Amino acid sequence: MTDGFVTASGVSRHFTPSLPLGERIVAAFGGAVERRSVRAVDQVDLSLRKGEALGLVGESGCGKTTLGRMIAGILPPSDGALAIAGEPVMTCGASPRKTTTRVQMVFQDPFASLDPRMRIGDALAEGPIHHGLVSKAGAVAYVRDWLGQVGLEPDYVSRYPHQFSGGQRQRVAIARALAMRPDVLVCDEPVASLDVSIQAQIINLFLKLRRELDLTLLFISHDLGVVRHLCDRVAIMYLGRIVEEGPTHEVYADPRHPYTQALLDSVPKLVLEEGAEVRFKPIQGELPSPLAPPPGCHFHLRCPFAAERCAVERPTLRPVATGRRAACHFAKTDLNIITGSSSSPAVIASGAKQSS
Amino acid sequence: MSAPLLDVSGLETQFPTRDGVVRAVNGVSFTVNRGEILGLVGESGSGKSVTGFSLIGLVDAPGRIAAGSVKLDGRDIVGLPNDELRAIRGKRISMVFQDPSMTLNPVLTVGDQMLLALRAHERISAGDGRRRCVAALEQVGIPDPGRRLDSYPHQFSGGMRQRVAIAIALLHKPDLVIADEPTTALDVSIQAQILTEMKALARDTGTAMIWISHDLATVSSMADRIAVMYAGRIVESGPTATVLRDPRHPYTRGLLDSLPAIAQAGEDLASIPGTTPSLLKLPPGCPFAPRCPRAQPVCANEPPLAVEGDRTFLCHFPLGVRA
Ligand SMILES: Nc1ncnc2c1ncn2[C@@H]1O[C@H](COP(=O)(O)OP(=O)(O)O)[C@@H](O)[C@H]1O
Ligand SMILES: Nc1ncnc2c1ncn2[C@@H]1O[C@H](COP(=O)(O)OP(=O)(O)O)[C@@H](O)[C@H]1O
Ligand code: SF4
Ligand SMILES: [Mg+2]
Ligand SMILES: [Mg+2]
Repeated sequence: MTDGFVTASGVSRHFTPSLPLGERIVAAFGGAVERRSVRAVDQVDLSLRKGEALGLVGESGCGKTTLGRMIAGILPPSDGALAIAGEPVMTCGASPRKTTTRVQMVFQDPFASLDPRMRIGDALAEGPIHHGLVSKAGAVAYVRDWLGQVGLEPDYVSRYPHQFSGGQRQRVAIARALAMRPDVLVCDEPVASLDVSIQAQIINLFLKLRRELDLTLLFISHDLGVVRHLCDRVAIMYLGRIVEEGPTHEVYADPRHPYTQALLDSVPKLVLEEGAEVRFKPIQGELPSPLAPPPGCHFHLRCPFAAERCAVERPTLRPVATGRRAACHFAKTDLNIITGSSSSPAVIASGAKQSS
Repeated sequence: MSAPLLDVSGLETQFPTRDGVVRAVNGVSFTVNRGEILGLVGESGSGKSVTGFSLIGLVDAPGRIAAGSVKLDGRDIVGLPNDELRAIRGKRISMVFQDPSMTLNPVLTVGDQMLLALRAHERISAGDGRRRCVAALEQVGIPDPGRRLDSYPHQFSGGMRQRVAIAIALLHKPDLVIADEPTTALDVSIQAQILTEMKALARDTGTAMIWISHDLATVSSMADRIAVMYAGRIVESGPTATVLRDPRHPYTRGLLDSLPAIAQAGEDLASIPGTTPSLLKLPPGCPFAPRCPRAQPVCANEPPLAVEGDRTFLCHFPLGVRA
């Protein structure tokens, strides 16, 4: 996992939610209060090659944003290391700071961080001027150029944030990140709140930017269709862990983790035949509480293939085909690798799939 | 053909604002047959929710229905006095919202509010009521319903809260449920569960549904017929699969082409240029004209409503039709 351009090695992040008032009082008087923490990200290994687009997919609360923020150097990990081209993204120690401008993030709500009284041109120039990417004198031309690159009128430099529509806001947010000349862009659900026709425009913008700039892209999304369209590889998260990872078309065509399979089965498809009997194969049950995830494999309570071992032993994310990994004890593998698991359960899994 | 359950004709709903009149629903007509699922799709602001609210007399003042009729079993319910509307709402027509907190009261247990909902339309003892509520929760897949009746809404997950709202909507076995983006806020795995259950419930109980969604794929898997809205109008309607496979209206085509699911991975999507028009100052004629690849000068005139078998479309130059 060290050969990548962007690497996350054994990265975890825990949050300890603040206690409800009643329990705080109990605790203040020395009462026993259980303080459970959320393992938002739990020992994740991930790497991106230079110029690659990786989709990070999973249902809400599985840790996508937390992992993205750590890779972007905005949130320090509780454990593990994050690096770009071998250099750490943040300093270590008690008050970690971001040490690089090589990675930038486009937030899910891009305008939350913009001053409503500041013109877009000034807001976008701040970072590049501060980091010496452009002189004060050259800043206006520089920002105009980036607005043009993302398909906005260069004259919009004199507009205020509220004067932009939803799709334009995403373009502004992307221009703002790109104006920092990053090698790596982390985008958190950048098209989730947009209507399909506007979403298509922004997807096209990402395709163009990928062609024209040598960008490495971490694209966080809960939309499997958008990721299929835009990303070379995909990583599927479930309750803080990556359960499967590999080239997008291979993972979609032949998922090896039961959760990936279930997720793909849950996505409504466009039905174009009259009278087609539409059946989903919904995953049983609900997402367990992240405060108390089940032991062993986090998915075992909902997994149709779960065996005893799954309830006690955490499956490692192991190679299952060239360039593919899955974290299931019984994942079918194409490789002749000697691992702890025997091959017969793989037969169970694929056999069960055929009979369903 | 028997008479439709719901017959909406020329519906116009407007909101007077400081900047002018918002024509949120601008001459909408459609029918829903008994037991049928009609999908109402369109992008945000196209008037889907206001259409739904208009059908049950829940338009926020100073908004008002300016024209048209909504006939339920032949009887126009537009402008009925409030008590008569209340007798219909929840009993013959009920609504499920994207956000279940529009239905659920946070300070009452689920059991208490279900009992209130029951007693809004029938006299029933506490014991019988409780049994009905347990059955209703069971029907929507809530585990251990007897115990859950004593929980408050916040003690349920988002998916379970939506199930409770659906159970309440179905309590009186209504003829029609208007479901406004009921799964949009939910994760796909929970969405798949609820879609499956609602489809089965509609079939088993013979309840008709208006399924409002911005998601073509969801609608295509739920609805018998589809109506596509743009700028307050239904620009195309017909059997769902037929319309989506072979759309007549350029806007429907544009929506489909915007979907990554249809395109080759990595290729540019054929996105619709521009953005939706302001409902305050709609262009004359076809509201889609400024974004339409087929537009001609004549599109500044009102487009004709074409009827082709069980399909309708509102366009001067429909696709797939010989001129
Ligand atoms: N600042 C925080 N404090 C406490 N818990 C948090 C915080 N941020 C995230 N979490 C928790 O961590 C988990 C993962 O959250 P997140 O990374 O936002 O997931 P996703 O982006 O996949 O929806 C969730 O259970 C969430 O509640
Ligand atoms: N109470 C209101 N006052 C003024 N305008 C409104 C009101 N409610 C809705 N609208 C407007 O009506 C149009 C249609 O809204 P809506 O039916 O909610 O769209 P959709 O559900 O298709 O997203 C929008 O332009 C919206 O801004
Ligand atoms: S490891 Fe076991 S429980 Fe986990 S997904 Fe695989 S089969 Fe299911
Ligand atoms: Mg998130
Ligand atoms: Mg709406």
